[in-house]
Amino acid sequence: MTEIIQKVKNLSIGFKSKKGEEILILRNISTNIKKGETVGIVGESGSGKSTLALAMMGYVKQGLYTIGGECEFNSSNLLKMKNRDLEKIRGRKIAMIPQNAGQALTPNLKIGYQIDEALQLHSDLKEEEREQKISELLNKVRLPSPETIALRYPHELSGGQQQRVAVAMALAGTPDLLLLDEPTTGLDVTTQAHVLELLNFIAKDTGTSMVYVSHDLGAIAQVSDRIIVMYSGEIVLEGPSRDILKKPIHPYTYGLLKSIPKLSLAGLPQSMPGSQPQPGTMHRGCSFFDRCDFSEEKCKSNSPQLEYLEELNTSVRCFNHKSLMNDSQVNQTVNKIKTSLQDKEILNISEVSISYAKQNLLDQVLNRISDDNPTVKDININIKKGETIALVGESGSGKSTILKSIAGLLRTKGGVIKFDQKRNLSSDLKERDPNDLRIIQLIFQNPDESLNPNHTVEEIIAQPLKLYFGLKGEELKKNIKELLQKVRLGEFYMSRYPRQLSGGEKQRVAVARAFAAKPDIILCDEVTSALDVSVQAAVLNLLQQLKEDFGTTYIFVSHDLAVVRAISDRVAVLYQGRLCEVGPSKDVYQFPSHPYTEVLLGAVLEPDPDIKPKLVAEDIVEEKPPQKGCSFQGRCSRILGDICKNEIPPWQITNSGNSIRCHIPLKELQKDQIN
Amino acid sequence: MKLDNIYQEEKKSNFAKVSEIIITMASRPSGFIGLSILIFHVILAFISPYIAPYDFKAINPTLMLQAPSAEYWFGTDDLGRDVFTRTILGGRTALTITFFGSLIALLWGGLLGIFCGLVGGKTDDIVMRIVDAFLSIPWILAMLLIVSLLGTSTEVLIPALGFFYGKGIVRVARAATHDVIAKDFIVSARARGHSNFSIIWNEIIPNVRDAILVEGAMRWSWMLLGFSSLSFLGFGVSPPTPDWGLMISNARGLMSFAYWSVIAPIVGLSSLIIGINLTADAFAKALGIDRSTKAPV
Repeated sequence: MTEIIQKVKNLSIGFKSKKGEEILILRNISTNIKKGETVGIVGESGSGKSTLALAMMGYVKQGLYTIGGECEFNSSNLLKMKNRDLEKIRGRKIAMIPQNAGQALTPNLKIGYQIDEALQLHSDLKEEEREQKISELLNKVRLPSPETIALRYPHELSGGQQQRVAVAMALAGTPDLLLLDEPTTGLDVTTQAHVLELLNFIAKDTGTSMVYVSHDLGAIAQVSDRIIVMYSGEIVLEGPSRDILKKPIHPYTYGLLKSIPKLSLAGLPQSMPGSQPQPGTMHRGCSFFDRCDFSEEKCKSNSPQLEYLEELNTSVRCFNHKSLMNDSQVNQTVNKIKTSLQDKEILNISEVSISYAKQNLLDQVLNRISDDNPTVKDININIKKGETIALVGESGSGKSTILKSIAGLLRTKGGVIKFDQKRNLSSDLKERDPNDLRIIQLIFQNPDESLNPNHTVEEIIAQPLKLYFGLKGEELKKNIKELLQKVRLGEFYMSRYPRQLSGGEKQRVAVARAFAAKPDIILCDEVTSALDVSVQAAVLNLLQQLKEDFGTTYIFVSHDLAVVRAISDRVAVLYQGRLCEVGPSKDVYQFPSHPYTEVLLGAVLEPDPDIKPKLVAEDIVEEKPPQKGCSFQGRCSRILGDICKNEIPPWQITNSGNSIRCHIPLKELQKDQIN
Repeated sequence: MKLDNIYQEEKKSNFAKVSEIIITMASRPSGFIGLSILIFHVILAFISPYIAPYDFKAINPTLMLQAPSAEYWFGTDDLGRDVFTRTILGGRTALTITFFGSLIALLWGGLLGIFCGLVGGKTDDIVMRIVDAFLSIPWILAMLLIVSLLGTSTEVLIPALGFFYGKGIVRVARAATHDVIAKDFIVSARARGHSNFSIIWNEIIPNVRDAILVEGAMRWSWMLLGFSSLSFLGFGVSPPTPDWGLMISNARGLMSFAYWSVIAPIVGLSSLIIGINLTADAFAKALGIDRSTKAPV
């Protein structure tokens, strides 16, 4: 047996509520981290996964305190140690990589200086040796030209590079244990895949143990040897990563895996009902009882203990794991989406370009935008009634910018947006007809921000009803109730404030508000990316249902290709504000495709240890679209030469009907990509 | 669903909300002290005319500069008037004028700040530069000018004080609006086509109200000090109306041998200012706008 480096024993952490009750965030957690292994801790927000990771370095957040148990490292309990002793361990023995490296780095100090600081604290190297070590570390995290990177400030690096610097700083003290708290969550898909690959390499190269905390089973699957699944402050399942992902024997993990959309499956995954109980509300019985498909009477009053199964090397907290053991292959069933496509075109976007450039005085006076290299250019999409079209791309690809222009929030520089083939939508919000505003509604990414915290649900939904239809009194109430029913929320939600709702419920309210205007087109801006996986599927299913009922057209913006695959009829891939590929979603996900689509598809992380991401292109970040030629020339691995740099590529149409904008002939693209 | 019972908190009436805030304020020692002092002063202002033992303007040369005694608790001043009577009456004018002055400051400062924050662009630039220009004028000089031109009547003092103390609120309200304006619910309201007025009234004010009220409460105490300074200089309340600033001004020359006639108004004025300050602090904490939060680690 390998050496155990961290032993968590019966750990409970909690806080005292205003009434003096003890509320537990972590309930009786016991686990061991062995030398050299990578353990993934996965759970929804509020499951206590971050609290557990922080406790492993002897830190308990303000307001929380240790109720019982210990975290033993090198045979001493970290939670009882004095700060002075902890300082010697943190950084040297246990290092932490935070979620947002951009915020964790000091903005006014150069990268090299910050790493040097870490080295001074956590190693005994002399000054000359330290300089050597800095470039060694930067090399190890695969940053290009370490000497110049060391002289830069954090803001001069991209998100992925900042995260790499954070890894380098954590490695400065050659720690035995590395704690990673959602290290790739804020990054683009391609960057994320690269950072994960780097972490894998470092784990092998240095033999460091890692604890990887994430809500993303896809990311966890790529890095971890062992997985701990947490639910409501408890460990519900713990075991080797392959077994857990392939044959989960806890109903929660089973349901979770079923609710994740996958690239290989078109259609919406099944959703899990309900949401995780709030801390302090569970007293008796299994915490997953409400949402469990396998629950029995005894689950209601008795809470199951964590049971260790010798033959599987797995611990599980469920009475019924035996029945799941026999048939727990995750057979994902999807609800095929019905297309309600009509021939009529509802929105024509032609030659649209949008610029963020600051106007000079003359242009301001003449009220025009002059910019020969605008952020978004040459957008031509015709959207049919009842269609769901998805705009896909990494951050900075201009997908949200296009949405804003359709909504009238951002003036276009040129081009026409036409509704119903006859009405020109004015590019300025103030000049738009109220009815034109009504037909296009927005749903935002983060329901915490899109709902006024000081309004009740009733007041929130009443706003469009009052504005567009002038409803009052009883009729208004009746309409609100109907809308709440449509999004599957009870009447009693009317008097609640957004803070009293869970993330999924808030997003449902936002959906209800959008539908209140009886719109023809709904713009969805990353509507599921702020939600937990189990809730995401439910919101997607709801959107699909409403679309079938009302015949609404969706323009769906997302960076998550699997979600897009699940819900959309057609996909438009954008890079640097230029279209790369447009086509029916089933064809875009097949080859041949645009080299950029290939990169995106390769970087998708699936919750399956056997499917590794393909890293096709470098994850460099380009600040500005190129002046001429193909927008993807800077990162393309198939670049032909001068033609890509000088000429805008032509549209090529494949047999199945998707258009690809590339200089490479389709046949060659196909040949290269299938291999 | 069982989970629906988690949140019992229902929509509360305004009265319930206000009383909850006051209870939270009073549950801290500093808040309790502040509230007690403030309430004491307010009650005193209402009832002082009825409990004053003597006539505040009765001059009696035979009783000049008496030391505190059982008959004259705080002694008498240089004209033989009872200092206790004048002290308990001395806060009335200041309290009333500055209270209404603060309301005016809150109203115009708050609304203009919110408007500038929402509209932005050139309008915002121009208005804010004008506000900056006014901020650079020492208020006491400007006040002296106004008072000497228009007189020291209440109708002049309230709007003038309200104007000069509202400039700062413009900035606070504008900054608070900027915090809110970037949120998606404002973008959403704009995209729906609501008017500026509707956005200010429905979306912004509920979210910036607390910050502006706290700022207004702080301004009240500053204004009180400012008003007393005016009286001290002889431009506020005109004699023989009792006022702390005026009393301090009159008695300061006699401080070395008749300290009682100056100490009583000083205690009155400073206790009221401290009371308002503590209350404003407790108010901010009760609303969750705590400016002294520590870093998380």
